[in-house]
Amino acid sequence: MSASTLSPTKQAQTTTSRTKYASGLSPDWLLPAVYFLILLFIAGIWFRYLEFSTKDTPKALGIIGIGILCSGCCSLLGCYLVLRRMSLIGDAISHAVLPGIAIAFYFTGQPYGIGIMLGAMALGMLTSFLTQSLHSLGRVSEDASMGVVFTSLFALGVILIQLWGPRAHLDADCVLYGDIIFTMNRTVPMFGHEVPRALLALVPAAVLTLGFIALLWKELKIVSFDPALAAALGIKVWLVHYLLMGMVAGVTVASFESVGSILVVAMLIVPAAAAGLLTDRLWQMLIWSLVIAAHSAIFGYLSAAALNTSAAGMMAVMAGVQFGGAVLLAPRHGLLSRWLRNLRLSVRIASEDTIGQLYRAEEAAALPAGSQLAAIRPSSAPVGIIGWLSRQSLRRKGLVATNAVGSTELTHQGRNAARNIVRAHRLWESFLEANFDLPSDHLHEPAERMEHFLDPDLQQQLDQQLAGRQIDPHGKAIPQGVAVPTSAERPLPG
Amino acid sequence: MIEQLLAYNTIVVLLGVSILGAGAGMVGSFAVLRKRALTGDAVAHAALPGVCVAFLILGERNLTFMLLGALASGVLGIVIIAALCRWTRVREDAAIGIVLSVFPGLGFALSRMIQNMTTNGSKAGLESFILGKTAGMTRPDVYLILASALFCLAVVLVLYKEFKVVAFDTGFARSLGWPVYWLDLLLMSLIAVAVVIGLPAVGIIMMAALLILPGAGARFWTDSLGWLLFIAGAFGLLTGLIGTVFSALFSLFPAGPIIVLSGSVIFLISMLLGTRRGAMVRLLEHRCFQRDYGERQLLLATYDVASRTGQARVSAADLLARKSWSPGKVNGLISNAASSGLVERLETDEIRFTPAGLVRAVEVTRGHRLWEELLTEYPELAGSVVNLASESVDKYVEPAIIADLTASLKRQSRWPELPTETAEAAV
Repeated sequence: MSASTLSPTKQAQTTTSRTKYASGLSPDWLLPAVYFLILLFIAGIWFRYLEFSTKDTPKALGIIGIGILCSGCCSLLGCYLVLRRMSLIGDAISHAVLPGIAIAFYFTGQPYGIGIMLGAMALGMLTSFLTQSLHSLGRVSEDASMGVVFTSLFALGVILIQLWGPRAHLDADCVLYGDIIFTMNRTVPMFGHEVPRALLALVPAAVLTLGFIALLWKELKIVSFDPALAAALGIKVWLVHYLLMGMVAGVTVASFESVGSILVVAMLIVPAAAAGLLTDRLWQMLIWSLVIAAHSAIFGYLSAAALNTSAAGMMAVMAGVQFGGAVLLAPRHGLLSRWLRNLRLSVRIASEDTIGQLYRAEEAAALPAGSQLAAIRPSSAPVGIIGWLSRQSLRRKGLVATNAVGSTELTHQGRNAARNIVRAHRLWESFLEANFDLPSDHLHEPAERMEHFLDPDLQQQLDQQLAGRQIDPHGKAIPQGVAVPTSAERPLPG
Repeated sequence: MIEQLLAYNTIVVLLGVSILGAGAGMVGSFAVLRKRALTGDAVAHAALPGVCVAFLILGERNLTFMLLGALASGVLGIVIIAALCRWTRVREDAAIGIVLSVFPGLGFALSRMIQNMTTNGSKAGLESFILGKTAGMTRPDVYLILASALFCLAVVLVLYKEFKVVAFDTGFARSLGWPVYWLDLLLMSLIAVAVVIGLPAVGIIMMAALLILPGAGARFWTDSLGWLLFIAGAFGLLTGLIGTVFSALFSLFPAGPIIVLSGSVIFLISMLLGTRRGAMVRLLEHRCFQRDYGERQLLLATYDVASRTGQARVSAADLLARKSWSPGKVNGLISNAASSGLVERLETDEIRFTPAGLVRAVEVTRGHRLWEELLTEYPELAGSVVNLASESVDKYVEPAIIADLTASLKRQSRWPELPTETAEAAV
């Protein structure tokens, strides 16, 4: 009953909040840009401070560029993995491509190039396929089947590489950790310039990634958020899935030489997870994850140079640091903002309780002495920090004032606000009594909670339902509502 | 070759890896049951920075402190995963992935830093934690592994009942008022202990395999937790044994991957041949069921046709008209039934019940009509019935209801009776 009466308003609220976030140049849109520029500025200063010799500066920039390219590709694809709750298949694939690399190396004789890429993509899809079939045919739970498949394939890959690899600097260590510092030294001639070999794999991978996302934007979006709907619309979910797995494997292997599998996994998952905390829209999530990935690469390189350590490792750490920042500071889903929201709600409830008490006290004083209705519940003034904050907020808004005797009393404005609270309370009590079979001493508690969340619209609806009832179940008058400007500013409960 | 196997070092490694495999397999099966297989992997990855920090603090290589550091950061990894799932909207897979990648990144950066710092050329030996150094196992290592495996076994034995309920029915455990959260954490800590002890020997990835493979493989052989733990431990032991022997024989290859691959082979064999959920068993069960079901359907249809026409002979064409079977299928069903001696083929492409077949057909038809009657008269009971394809209802409903249904069928004269002479012959 109550649900049906409440739903229209709820819908209206959701619509307004949605339109608010969809509007063109909202802070949601600007935030990643500002974040990017500020951090870029800091990075620039740090870069200067590290004092690279003039000869090394282009090399350092080149390494950072390659880092950004790797992590950018990974983070874009990672968004879809995280959204589809498949982050760990990214981890599995990045380990399981090893035999593909080894086999392709055996046939092509080159530790880089298109052959390796194709071999890895095939193994990526195979990993996903094997995991699925172990799960459905072997009735092994999904995580266990993933663990079985990727550890076995990885072990096979290490053995194959041991068997065929030593001829060409291809070993498991390099696959795990990469060596981004040396990528600028391994060059191949192209268009009359010496181009880093890693770019031969990374540029196509980046182009492919962007093309893949642009071409399949709609399909990927629907499959990520509602696979059942996608299937109903005739989208081949399995095809999109395997293409994504293939892309992840391809990008993984393109990044291997530079950054190694640990960093690939970090870049697939961490920026996307952080971006997911920062926004609720897909394209903003992609932008956020790109920004975070880029800064992981930049600051990872800088801190590695400062500490004289591995750049790939520090890039992963920097991604983790930014993720930690997002967990704490994200505008809507961060711990800090949630804590503030809860605090604000507590303060509002405490101050509303306070003025409600004052109103009831005034009401009791106005009744003839000895009247049964004059009995009010023992006052429970909010204590501690919340209580202090609520009293400050009441005074600031001019809802209460100290009178000549030195005790607190309601101002005119405060009385109006309090009347609304008490009205909400008594309306809800009456509503409960009218619609539910509750004993009269069970009405106060729920009303004490609900009174803070009944806006004038709902109060009016309740009033209509109760056909203009004047007296609440305890025999007290339901005060008439007064338009109070402050109630409109209330944040949405949530 | 035999001398190679009997060398002192090989025997030490053999013992160490096997005991490690047994311990990891046992605690790992809990992770598999709790659908937390990859948390073990995350712990293995998360242990890395702890090793480096311990080294940095101590300034020298001390295995005990490094293992304690590994344990601490491994448990920290678990706590972070739990906290991310609990307090933020990051989902479990992403939380595991974050720990899985950021921690080893930090560990690797730290270990490089240590390498670049130590000028006297003494490597910290941290690399061995990443890829494992099985051959470097010494006698004290084996004692340590044995001690921690026994410790894990003791904890599992003491808290067997609690772990059992938590592993299978968290909600029930919570309703019993048990500290599910802490039991879970304890379970994960046991996994962390196994992982940390194993890391220097077999490395990160291999450790994950030792945790997952035996438990997942053992699941194909049994449905009881006690046996599962035992079999998983045995598989882990076997994995270690076979893997070490092979890697001693083919010294070209690193030991870790060989051990993992022996585990994979054991897993594959279990998946194919496991007596409880193995592929072969399930295929056979499926075949048996299909055969049994087909036979019942044939008897039912034949009895139906025969009782409708009043003749003992039924032609294949009649059966084809009643059922959406292909002629080939009818032929196959008749052959099966004939070989079980339930029907006999006549020259004229017709079939006839043998006396035993008639008894069986009446039985099957009774069962089928009881089903029909049950589903029309007591549709509300259908939901509680486990297997709608079983022959009769008597396993699922009370005798009183069956009597009621039988009476009702008799009233409608749909209760099949054996002809008296056949009944006497059957007795």
